Amino acid sequence: MSNKISETLTFECETGNYHTFCPISCVAWLYQKIEDSFFLVVGTKTCGYFLQNALGVMIFAEPRYAMAELEEGDISAQLNDYEELKRLCLQIKKDRNPSVIIWIGTCTTEIIKMDLEGMAPKLENELGIPIVVARANGLDYAFTQGEDTVLAAMAHRCPEQILLIERKKIIQDSNIQNLFSFLSLEKKEETINKNFEKLKKNPPLVLFGSLPSTVASQLSSELKRQSVQVSGWLPAQRYTDLPSLGDQVYVCGVNPFLSRTATTLMRRRKCKLIGAPFPIGPDGTRAWIEKICSVFGIKTEGLEKREQQIWENLKDYLDLVRGKSVFFMGDNLLEISLARFLIRCGMIVYEIGIPYLDKRYQAAELLFLQNTCKNMSIPMPRIVEKPDNYNQIQRMRELKPDLAITGMAHANPLEARGINTKWSVEFTFAQIHGFTNARDVLELVTRPLRRNNNLENLGWSNLTKKEKKNEI
Amino acid sequence: MKLAYWMYAGPAHIGTLRVASSFKNVHAIMHAPLGDDYFNVMRSMLERERDFTPVTASIVDRHVLARGSQEKVVDNITRKDKEERPDLIVLTPTCTSSILQEDLQNFVDRASITSNSDVILADVNHYRVNELQAADRTLEQVVRYYLEKARRQGTLDQSITKEPSANIIGIFTLGFHNQHDCRELKRLLQDLNIKVNKVIPEGGSVKDLQDLPKAWFNLVPYREIGLMTAIYLEKNFGMPYISITPMGIVDTAECIRQIEKHVNNLVSNKKFNYEPYIDQQTRFVSQAAWFSRSIDCQNLTGKKAVVFGDATHAASITRILAREMGIRVSCTGTYCKHDAEWFKEQVQGFCDEILITDDHTKVGDMIARIEPSAIFGTQMERHIGKRLDIPCGVISSPVHIQNFPLGYRPFLGYEGTNQIADLVYNSFTLGMEDHLLEIFGGHDTKEVITKSLSTDTDLTWNNESQLELNKIPGFVRGKIKRNTEKFARQNNITNITVEIMYAAKEALSA
Repeated sequence: MSNKISETLTFECETGNYHTFCPISCVAWLYQKIEDSFFLVVGTKTCGYFLQNALGVMIFAEPRYAMAELEEGDISAQLNDYEELKRLCLQIKKDRNPSVIIWIGTCTTEIIKMDLEGMAPKLENELGIPIVVARANGLDYAFTQGEDTVLAAMAHRCPEQILLIERKKIIQDSNIQNLFSFLSLEKKEETINKNFEKLKKNPPLVLFGSLPSTVASQLSSELKRQSVQVSGWLPAQRYTDLPSLGDQVYVCGVNPFLSRTATTLMRRRKCKLIGAPFPIGPDGTRAWIEKICSVFGIKTEGLEKREQQIWENLKDYLDLVRGKSVFFMGDNLLEISLARFLIRCGMIVYEIGIPYLDKRYQAAELLFLQNTCKNMSIPMPRIVEKPDNYNQIQRMRELKPDLAITGMAHANPLEARGINTKWSVEFTFAQIHGFTNARDVLELVTRPLRRNNNLENLGWSNLTKKEKKNEI
Repeated sequence: MKLAYWMYAGPAHIGTLRVASSFKNVHAIMHAPLGDDYFNVMRSMLERERDFTPVTASIVDRHVLARGSQEKVVDNITRKDKEERPDLIVLTPTCTSSILQEDLQNFVDRASITSNSDVILADVNHYRVNELQAADRTLEQVVRYYLEKARRQGTLDQSITKEPSANIIGIFTLGFHNQHDCRELKRLLQDLNIKVNKVIPEGGSVKDLQDLPKAWFNLVPYREIGLMTAIYLEKNFGMPYISITPMGIVDTAECIRQIEKHVNNLVSNKKFNYEPYIDQQTRFVSQAAWFSRSIDCQNLTGKKAVVFGDATHAASITRILAREMGIRVSCTGTYCKHDAEWFKEQVQGFCDEILITDDHTKVGDMIARIEPSAIFGTQMERHIGKRLDIPCGVISSPVHIQNFPLGYRPFLGYEGTNQIADLVYNSFTLGMEDHLLEIFGGHDTKEVITKSLSTDTDLTWNNESQLELNKIPGFVRGKIKRNTEKFARQNNITNITVEIMYAAKEALSA
């Protein structure tokens, strides 16, 4: 295995023996985002234990999620799945009265082939509450991809966009009533179109990806500055406010892990996908806005200046990170965008580990990464899909990066061996999108570096006893 | 199916992993889907481990589902064997592999032909046992494996040590204050002139397991994990074991007396007498006995407490509170449902009622109903207490990172009695402060916030009663408010006046 860094983007695939969160963890942020929802994870004690420990304090705040814990009778089909789920969902309806119940299928429901998709519509009728089924299991997906499965399932529930022609017709009808017949037909048509223009400058644009509401409104208002109207978000703050979709609707993702949702929106809802880099970092945000504007034929205004201003505000952090090296072990699919941003900040990225790379959905981001490397005259990082943590640690031992972005399982052991780490999970939960939050990303990245500036001269960087030679 | 928000004991494989990663140079390979290696995070974060947790997963993905694991598990075992050269590799089944019903034993047999390490399959069923039971079983399985191996190879030396010696069985990674307890037990044995033969599993090497029978007796400090091993050793090697948890002054003395008995059974010439040691420690080294007599502790007399936790800690703490401090334990309970009989027997006569459940909402309801002055429980009870404004001391897992303190905080032995006394005393509102608050009508006259779990607001408090309520010291105000409202509802009163408050007080104290 060579540690040479190549000049072009290289893609590798390893064994997939890496640490990440189970995709059911998406309930943690989604139940908070969708205020009138209830998430029911149909799984075992293992799933429950993971959620309970991974979500820490949240579990004590009467969350709107629960486990439907499968027992031996469920596995051996001595109990009737449908009756059992009905019983639990009735109780949820009684206690919480949500607008939607989302069933999260797990590894166990996959293996015993529990027909959640088949049961949901039946129970939905009986209960009078929509039931959405998402299979967010560890057999198929990693961490943030859980959100992808939920949003893809929700995309089916979005109302149908009233077709533009119909809308035009409604205006036409009202116009006809208002207009006198002595106007020429041609003129009539012109007025109608003018009215229609006023109604909406750009065709409907729906953004997909769950973001905290402040971040969502920040992004919406960035687009508004360029006079682009956002007609809706998937997911919205409430299930009952899901945006309408249809073949006239343009959609654009805000997160790199939403490839299934993108596919569903295109194929099933006939939406038009705008493939853009993701609005992470000021460079990403600008590229994202520019791409959307270009699709709508809008010329952007003052965007370059705005980006410049953000970079200037980051100066103190940029001085800290410039020339430092980073190693992404990979676990949440944000890696490409984060690496691209950090390279633009002047860092050197040795390796981008990533659980899964959809080269089509991330095409614009990958191109952007490549261009950024060229512009910054920095060698292209290697991109490792389905990485092998053990091998990565061996590589890290040779490369000695200044910073490893890694899961919590490896953070403390790496720190004890003198390698600075940043928990990758924090990037999932922190606000990192848009111009406004660029500073937050660097706040996270520089934290271990700043901490070390304080502790540097104490001579305690390596805190392990003498080790066997085959470890770091 | 069961609607569950929270659980006290984890799934079976966590128990197995705790055993495996407590030993030195033992590697566990989980047969599990992506994301099930959450154990590594817990160990690395809670225990602040410096080393990589010796647990990897042989990932179960779509392909495995379709075609079976085939070579994958065997390859992963042999690979780990080459990379880490562990003494033992434990193949760990999870809930997923339980249903896949692959012949894991076959993988183990195949892998052990080519690898230098020993390979075993942990014998646990996900759907039948929980974390604690699985850990107990796995420890016994590992011990048995190595003793039988030694016997087959003829390297088993069954002679006991010249001087009295003991094994400590049941010190684990992620155990509640286990590291500190272990140090305290070693100190106790040292004071009694007893050598520590082996401590397992924490920090032990599987190669040394064959030396276990050399000890004179086994000490099993915790009820949950280690008993199966001790029973196995008793049956096969005639080793006596002591399973009295040396927690609290009375039980520590009792544990030492048992040790004396077993040691004296084996010596012929001189007899050991530990009574002077017990007396010295109880009266002068430990401060707990003196504390119980001191004026401070008098203020705790008859105060109500609720205890909940694992069987060992809940039972011991209940007895300490009732027997050693004169506190009234209104209810005590455990989530170790599999050990309910033992638990009931242990706390009989030390509490008003017993609650055996693993449903945290039942525990919450019980606490809300009893309204104790303090709770001693797990992290879950701490949060229930926060909501009801009742202080809580954490005495048992499940725990958070703050329950892995860096400082020395044993629960066992004589230093343990000091720690527990501090914990108990600090949990109750300090006695003198209590009096002063009552005399001066409290220092906190902010508006009352309803702390009850129910949110119905069909009752109104008039100005006067509101003012009167504000005069009541903060820490009992919520309780008085709830009691008054309860009384008002029972009597169909919607408007609460000062008179109603007094009536409620009279009715309830009568």
